[in-house]
Amino acid sequence: MIPLSYYLTLSAVVFLTGLVGVLIRRNIIIILLSVELMLNATNINFVAFSQHFHNVVGQVFVFFALTVAAAEVAVGLAIIIALHRAKSTINVDEFQLLKW
Amino acid sequence: MEQLFFFYFALIIAGSSGLVVALRNPIYSALSLLIMFFHVAGLYVTLHAEFLAAVQVIVYAGAILVLYLFVVMLLNLKQDDRYHRQWPVAAAVGATLIVEAVMLTLSRGQAAPVELSGQATAIEGLGNTEALGDVLYSTYLFPFEVASLILLVAMIGAIVLAKKDIGGEAPQSS
Repeated sequence: MIPLSYYLTLSAVVFLTGLVGVLIRRNIIIILLSVELMLNATNINFVAFSQHFHNVVGQVFVFFALTVAAAEVAVGLAIIIALHRAKSTINVDEFQLLKW
Repeated sequence: MEQLFFFYFALIIAGSSGLVVALRNPIYSALSLLIMFFHVAGLYVTLHAEFLAAVQVIVYAGAILVLYLFVVMLLNLKQDDRYHRQWPVAAAVGATLIVEAVMLTLSRGQAAPVELSGQATAIEGLGNTEALGDVLYSTYLFPFEVASLILLVAMIGAIVLAKKDIGGEAPQSS
């Protein structure tokens, strides 16, 4: 039996890896991939707690998180395509229209 | 045995998620994310969430990642310098938080085992998919319908955003 804290540690490590990825990368596709990492970390947490409390509701929440992740990816990639069409780059430093 | 599987999956998940952030080429990042998704699915199997493992492979590895790879190859990116200027700050903050989180969770020891309630044991008797569907279509029916609405909105939004000149003069097909 694996203790719950091991799962929480793994999930924290993956989440923070995703957070660091969002902060340091300039390629907007990698930033979206890092957001996926964070979503997966929360999903690991949900499933671990669902197993720990013998309650299936945590897995239902993972199901919804997956739906939202799919929607986020579709819209995010469409935004990336639109950005690339406008500026022909996907470096986030180039998108500073709102900066003064 | 169980520990062996867990540590294998955890090692690969942590390593490949680090590679996602660290690799230069976006295609390699996406492929290491694929490895991570498969190992998360394996972790779900060890947690007795078989349906979610299947959904993880089908939706994440099958649909989302293919979409990523498609866009990466469509945009035909040049490789430029990969890290933002603020990366030392971000690395320091991230390293501090990781060390803190690991120390906190490991020093807390084990959570107290919970006793099973009557409903929980009834769910345990069924298969995983059956139990999940039972809850999803009864208690969580309304969120389920809202999820379908979210998918519809995402589909329309993606088409509107990625289409070339919407609202402009449509090409007249004579």
